[in-house]
Amino acid sequence: MSTQLVLLAVLMFGVTYPARALPLLAPGIERLPPRALLYLRLVGPAVLASLAAANTLVGKTPDGTPYFHVGVELVGVIACVAVVAWRRNLLLGLVVGVGLVAAARFAGLA
Amino acid sequence: MSAIASPAPAAPDLRVARRRLLLDTLGIGVSVAAFGLVFGLAARNAGFSPIEAVAFSVVVFAGASQFAAAGYIAAGLPWLGIVVLTFFLNARHMLYSASLAPRFREVPFAQRVVMSHVLTDEAFALSAAHFHRIGRLDIPGYWIAAVLGVFIPWNVATIVGVLLGGAIPDPSKFGLDIVFPAAMGGLAVGLATGRREVVAAGAGAIIGTGLALLVGPGLGIIVGGLLGPIFGMATPVPADAARAHSPESEMAGTPVDLEAAELETRNEDFSIDAGPVAGPEDET
Repeated sequence: MSTQLVLLAVLMFGVTYPARALPLLAPGIERLPPRALLYLRLVGPAVLASLAAANTLVGKTPDGTPYFHVGVELVGVIACVAVVAWRRNLLLGLVVGVGLVAAARFAGLA
Repeated sequence: MSAIASPAPAAPDLRVARRRLLLDTLGIGVSVAAFGLVFGLAARNAGFSPIEAVAFSVVVFAGASQFAAAGYIAAGLPWLGIVVLTFFLNARHMLYSASLAPRFREVPFAQRVVMSHVLTDEAFALSAAHFHRIGRLDIPGYWIAAVLGVFIPWNVATIVGVLLGGAIPDPSKFGLDIVFPAAMGGLAVGLATGRREVVAAGAGAIIGTGLALLVGPGLGIIVGGLLGPIFGMATPVPADAARAHSPESEMAGTPVDLEAAELETRNEDFSIDAGPVAGPEDET
């Protein structure tokens, strides 16, 4: 059984782990000025919204070119976000969002 | 393993919060498992042995770059190119780490070394929302999110996927391809509890999408996450809201009693971009 790609996995770990670890392991993070701490607190909502929007609204052509895409996926994500905002229940939101998208695809609407 | 930080909330509150975290984790775990299966299949099709596929999921443990690497290996791209692309794809994790770091300051160094490895998009989203709800760090909560919700499902599913191969249906048939963006959006809603957070999230979404179209999703998401907070910080908020969400109290995890804080600090210059005094916080 081949194990050659295990070395590639280790190399990929070598460029991934520092991004995950450096800020968590750096000493003195608690001594950052208040504005820096406020900035870090706002990173969470900003990066999660950025991930959600880019993953929903940006598609890729077979040659890898990004394009703006509005489809049933957007409806599913908005439905999930609305349910979470209303009921504060992510699981319920995911069930509703996924259910809508699955139903639309089974019905041939998307 | 125990929770760290100042004053512990009442036990029932923590139990309720952890129950909710478990429910959130369940939803994400299903999606992670579905895509772990697909990664196992993709790895098998790209010529990975089971050991190599498992090594990717355990050692790299970063879904997007694992999928990309499987595709690049199948296309014959040199390793150097794969490693460089992995760096750029995973650079966003630095934002997560920096965002969580102030809460983790009392966690032993050795534990933070391990915690860092399991810090993924989903782990960050689940744990940040959980910490935000309880107002402090909860170490078991982090492990629930990162290990129970992501690491275990991803790795078990990778093994199943690489062994079962073609018997696996496409998760997008069942709408599971939207679980990731929907979960990120839903958890962003949980963090957006004030005007600044809403503005940061909106700006992050717009900038991230715009740049994803222009230069690609990897860079777009990072820049959206970096610039969104600047718009949030520039947003004026009522003084009470600024106080309740001041970084000192938030990051220290100390629940804020607004009335007491106002009585004690009425004449202090306490604000961070304090706007006009009075008026309720703009809760969303």
